[in-house]
Amino acid sequence: MSRPEDILPPDLFYDDNESRKYTTSSRIRNIQADMTHRALELLDLKSPSLILDLGCGSGLSGEILSQESPEQGGPHTWIGMDISPSMLDIALQRGTEGDLFLADIGQGVPFRPGTFDAAISISAIQWLCNAETSDVSPEGRLRRFFEGLYASLRRGGRAVCQFYPKNDAQRTMISGAAIKAGFGAGILEDDPGTKNSKLYLVLTVGGGGLQGDITGVVDGMNDVDVLDARRKAMERNHGSTSRKGDKAWIMRKKEQMTKKGKVVKANSKYTGRKRRPAF
Amino acid sequence: MKLLTVNFLTCAIKACKGSPAAFPLHFRDVELELQDVDFQPEFIRNIITRVDWEGLNKMANELNFPNIPEMKPEGEALENDQLLKDLHRFLLETQVAEGKLICGNCGHEYMIKEGIANFLLPSHLV
Repeated sequence: MSRPEDILPPDLFYDDNESRKYTTSSRIRNIQADMTHRALELLDLKSPSLILDLGCGSGLSGEILSQESPEQGGPHTWIGMDISPSMLDIALQRGTEGDLFLADIGQGVPFRPGTFDAAISISAIQWLCNAETSDVSPEGRLRRFFEGLYASLRRGGRAVCQFYPKNDAQRTMISGAAIKAGFGAGILEDDPGTKNSKLYLVLTVGGGGLQGDITGVVDGMNDVDVLDARRKAMERNHGSTSRKGDKAWIMRKKEQMTKKGKVVKANSKYTGRKRRPAF
Repeated sequence: MKLLTVNFLTCAIKACKGSPAAFPLHFRDVELELQDVDFQPEFIRNIITRVDWEGLNKMANELNFPNIPEMKPEGEALENDQLLKDLHRFLLETQVAEGKLICGNCGHEYMIKEGIANFLLPSHLV
């Protein structure tokens, strides 16, 4: 399937026609609503808060923030940023409640430090992996975005960014940039392995009520398995005690060479055996 | 755009980061309007701790709003319903419809049209 990210830059792709189609399609509206509710669940806000909506588009996610019921901690006040004037125009016509900014999130987040309780972004940050002119790079845009976001959130604040990475490289590039900016980061995947799989990058700023690491965010949620890549990496480092030159190392090398199709001496009881000290 | 939002805005240009003159942004040729927003005392109590009161006073002066308290209300003062309603009217219901925001450090002008501020920067300023 073709990706809009590969066709045109976002401000040109979402022209009047495309923005109208996007906002009126009931399928897209449903998906966006589901994802926004999921993001709100992850943000776990207890009282009416100030939320930044990154790539707010026509305000589909924003209106859910303003409609959140008082029992759920809402309704929230939000501020939206988007790069497409046509999308913002539709948001204006629909009379959304949040304040709108025409801005490029890859240029940073122009708010005072500690402004927001939380940030949300639905299907937007994969656009940062595209650089449209030669004087900017995807890495630079991601860095400025996450550094700006980190600064604008208050201590203990959280951000949830749902995104569609093109491949694993983009996924690691985005999460790597977030970690470099100082966030505690984790990725939540809904319906993994299916066509409907959705990725949420969950970011935390330290100093809040969250105890322990990022996995604490999903504590008490049903149907969430925690896969800790760090633990696996630790085990791998611990497990491999083979040093260069010992028997296990030699056997591994011989296997590698056989796989490459090289001629390798057959294994015997003498393979990799210690030589006797010469006098 | 709500006046509350303006109180959180700084100049987006890199050279202005950390410069004290870059906050608050100054108004020029603004048209204000009143829009009904649901009154939420809890939200105001939550947000008031983060409002920069000095910046708010400067802003109120520029816009000729007289009844803003000199000092930030704290503690018991926040139980006063009338005060919260006044703040609600000033911070959330008073909105900038048209005009310009100007950085006090670099003089960059950010246009506001129909309540939407344009914070796109040419790439040499990023």
